[in-house]
Amino acid sequence: MSRLVATAALFAAISLPAMAGEIRIACYSDGNECEATTELAKRFMAANADVKVVIDQMPYKAILESLPVQLAAGQGPDLARVTIFGPVMKYFMDLKPYIKDPGYWEKSFGAVLSWMRPDAKDKGIYGLPTQMTVTSPIVNKTLFDQAGVKLPGANASWDEWAAAVDKVAKATKTPYGMAWDRSGHRFAAAAISMGAKYFNADGTPNAVDDGFKAMASRFVKWNLDNTVEKDVWAAAGGGYRDAFEEFANGKIVMYHSGSWQLSRLQKQIGDGFEWQVVGNPCDVACSGMPGGASFVAFKDSKNPKDVGRFLDFLADTPVYSEWMAMTNNIPAHAALQKGGVAYKLSPAGNAAVQMFGANAAKLSPVAYQLQGFPYAGAMFNPTVDRLSQAISGQITLDQAYGRITSDVADALAAAAKK
Amino acid sequence: MSGVDRLAGGLYAAVMNLPERPMRWAQGHLRDGRLGWLFVGPNLLVFGLFSFLPIVIDVWYAVTGGTELLPGNRPFVGGENFATLLRCSDYLDANSCARDQFWYGVWNTLKFVGLQVGFMIGFSLLTALVLNRKIVGLGFFRAAFFYPVLLSPVVVALIWKWILQREGVLNAALQGMNFQGENWLLDAHWSFFWTVFVSIWAHMGFYTLILLSGLQAIPRDLYEAANMDATPPLRVFWRITLPLLMPSLFVVVVLGIIRAVQIFDEVYVLTGGGPGSATTFLVQYIYTTGFAQAVREYGLAAAASLLLAGVLLFFTLFQLRGMTKNAR
Amino acid sequence: MLARLLRARRGHAGWDWTDWASYSYLVFGTLLMFGPVLWLAVSSLKSESGLQEFPPTLLPSEQVRVAVPGQAAPLPLVQVTAGAQAGRELALLRRIGLQATLLDPAAPETPVRVPVADTKKVMHLHAAWENYSEMLSKFSFGTYLFNTVFITVVATVLTLLVNSMAAFALSKYRFPGREPAFLIMLATLMIPPTIVLVPNYLIAASFGLTNSLWGVIWPAVATPTGVFMLRQYMLTLPDELIEAARMDNASEWRIYWRIILPLSAPALAVLAIFSVMWRWNEFLWPMVVLSRSESFTLQLALNSFQGELTTQWHYLLAMTVLTLLPVTAVFLVLQKYITQGIASAGVK
Repeated sequence: MSRLVATAALFAAISLPAMAGEIRIACYSDGNECEATTELAKRFMAANADVKVVIDQMPYKAILESLPVQLAAGQGPDLARVTIFGPVMKYFMDLKPYIKDPGYWEKSFGAVLSWMRPDAKDKGIYGLPTQMTVTSPIVNKTLFDQAGVKLPGANASWDEWAAAVDKVAKATKTPYGMAWDRSGHRFAAAAISMGAKYFNADGTPNAVDDGFKAMASRFVKWNLDNTVEKDVWAAAGGGYRDAFEEFANGKIVMYHSGSWQLSRLQKQIGDGFEWQVVGNPCDVACSGMPGGASFVAFKDSKNPKDVGRFLDFLADTPVYSEWMAMTNNIPAHAALQKGGVAYKLSPAGNAAVQMFGANAAKLSPVAYQLQGFPYAGAMFNPTVDRLSQAISGQITLDQAYGRITSDVADALAAAAKK
Repeated sequence: MSGVDRLAGGLYAAVMNLPERPMRWAQGHLRDGRLGWLFVGPNLLVFGLFSFLPIVIDVWYAVTGGTELLPGNRPFVGGENFATLLRCSDYLDANSCARDQFWYGVWNTLKFVGLQVGFMIGFSLLTALVLNRKIVGLGFFRAAFFYPVLLSPVVVALIWKWILQREGVLNAALQGMNFQGENWLLDAHWSFFWTVFVSIWAHMGFYTLILLSGLQAIPRDLYEAANMDATPPLRVFWRITLPLLMPSLFVVVVLGIIRAVQIFDEVYVLTGGGPGSATTFLVQYIYTTGFAQAVREYGLAAAASLLLAGVLLFFTLFQLRGMTKNAR
Repeated sequence: MLARLLRARRGHAGWDWTDWASYSYLVFGTLLMFGPVLWLAVSSLKSESGLQEFPPTLLPSEQVRVAVPGQAAPLPLVQVTAGAQAGRELALLRRIGLQATLLDPAAPETPVRVPVADTKKVMHLHAAWENYSEMLSKFSFGTYLFNTVFITVVATVLTLLVNSMAAFALSKYRFPGREPAFLIMLATLMIPPTIVLVPNYLIAASFGLTNSLWGVIWPAVATPTGVFMLRQYMLTLPDELIEAARMDNASEWRIYWRIILPLSAPALAVLAIFSVMWRWNEFLWPMVVLSRSESFTLQLALNSFQGELTTQWHYLLAMTVLTLLPVTAVFLVLQKYITQGIASAGVK
């Protein structure tokens, strides 16, 4: 292995003029990820004077929309924080020759590394996960107490949860029982619990099956009878919208979101009310969806060796652990997931971290398969668009199923036409 | 101050003298008619590179498929993209079309153009007429109505989104007056109403100014004569004001239509095209298809944009004819 | 009688109802135009939790916090509204379910337990300037301001020069190809800029204009609107002036520079205003061309904290105010010229 690294290093040294390596990172923040990385990069540069790490913080929109165009024109950065890999996958650089110990990376980040691969046969390492996320419901415990309703048990189904939050909402005059982030990813989390498979046995995608329909019909019904806050899905078009404000405002009893909300839950709700992360509801499975952004490397990089060094620095267990504590994120690092990140959280926050961990352990294999599918977005987006149309009465639920199926087929056909 | 003036004057003279010699040479060597190209040249060069060439590339995108970005890597598919867009069993029902969102966009855009341009010009005209009276503080009011024109579309949309949200100040005010609050952006009709309202709010100041200058250009003695004859005011409006305002009104209508057809940013930030597809306009469809989808279909987006451009071109020619007639 | 409103000018002295109607309309209109912007500005000074209040408070306010001996951080103050403790203002230590545990800052040894429903937050006025300072501390404001001003000024100067030259030729010369050139220019006005973003980027990249401020400037320089506006204005200038200058053996450049340009000043001023406005507010194109933080514009930098998963209104509002502030300031100073200029030269 070391010979391989040496050859790679030699190759890199020959192919590049001897100049200080500069690494450009296109970064976006959900909370303070870019700032935290900048802090760590300063420390890295102090120890490696020959490398200059520049972090360009940009709008998420720029990563989503401009980055693919820049990469196509050969003008991309060395690294970028990306969460939807499909559109930029063909520009990925395999980091294996440039990192010290690919075995350690496999062992630590294996589950997430596969999401960056185009298919199961590929064994490349294309990036470093900046966090692991897991979808989970978060409840307003204070409202449950006020209503005198007990939290449903660990294995309660979605129907039981819906009935419970509806009871709480009615008793406490809260406008809605639940709200879901407007996201196909969040919907998939619930649908998989309901038995949705998203793929045929042979691995070909099949977005709408009985499990999917079971969840979709419930979700539309809940939107119409005010169990679920209709605003979030129906009142906006064109993409993602979260429902955090409504939850922080005490307007909903249960919020279907995920681990990335930890910082805001801590900071914004504070002592407003008692909140609690609960287990994902169980029907066929008790699953949520995994997720998370990664720093991915691009093959146009002029300093691949330095990219490898910087990522090695970040991936190192103590640094990675510190990074997670700084950003209040759940580590994608297998060993650290069992504990060891020194978060500075309230008791509620610490309980939440435990619960996110427990939910991550119960994720269905379907959830991993879906998250790792390069065109998962092509399944998520139509789900949101079409179910929103169904909720606002523009089309029927059956028409929505048909449209989702044909939208996915159209997208895959376009993608196949290389 | 005079130092700055002198500097600016010197600069101005220098720029004047610099091209003097080449110009003389060109005048000596070029036939008279060709001289125009020298002046249009720089503009045409930049314009050709950054406005015209992209459209040519867009045409190539429209007849090729796949997801590749570099024009050279895209496979030729002929008219397939256009056929996909136009495949419908009933053109009046977007749901019957292969690309229903495109047709929602078409119909919504048509509806929007009619309502927005109609009401905007109505209000601009009313405002201009009011401002054309002997108003104390004319400058202030004129400026007040113009102010939103300066704001970027995104800012405009954010301002109104903040006001219209369910827990926004409009609902608070309504509830304070014992009215029922409304979920403004959740109802298809209301949210369409607000897209029209907000875009009128943002743009009417510009049109008001043009119409006002048109009104002020109408000779006063015409009105005085009408006053002598005790002509009823409504008749004065129909017989004198409106006919003489026609040229300005024409400009305003054509400009208004072009802008309304191209509406995008404001609505995208305000409603995102929702609820459902109630406020999805054509440019948003193109944008989503080409930029925001998980699998970007540039070919389809380019085809849709060419169809849109074709319709607008019709208006340009229309406008140009009217304009040149006016100018001469 | 709406009809009387339509009459152009009042023929007689004294106030009648049409004056009342006119002024009410204008005052209402003014409120409608400025009100939303003012509301945004006030809201931008509210703290993260202050923004959540419904109904919204008119002025930015925040819950009072008091230092309690023995507690590490200051605690929020609540007023007890019912029960034995009614009327007292106590610090909230914690709340579990429906019970709040309160402390008297003067006697922190004895906690008081009260139902949460019987407490009310004690609020005080507080402008959350930290929305601004936190956002500004995240990036080097000076660089971005310089980049934006540079782009705005240079692009405007070039726009005026290039467009007025073209307009001069298109209005004062007859040459083969004039009509088609003008037509094609106008035709591109019909293409929404959003649509040609990708081809435009590929072209800019092949000229090495990416990540350079010139990549934003050059494509903006030849605006069909500008050419059209200037041409229409120059058409109204008498040709005799040019003929007279030719008699004096002035070069064509001198005619353009010394005669046409100064006479077109009103139209040029309008184009300058629009150009400044366009360049200052531009977002989509710079976002595609500029991907390095040292070349970011203000609009880009201010948007850069918008993540995938969260919309943070307190930052978003502060950002919005920051971007509209310079435009508003310029407008306040120059409003007379701007509105008069457009009224006199807008489109003739």
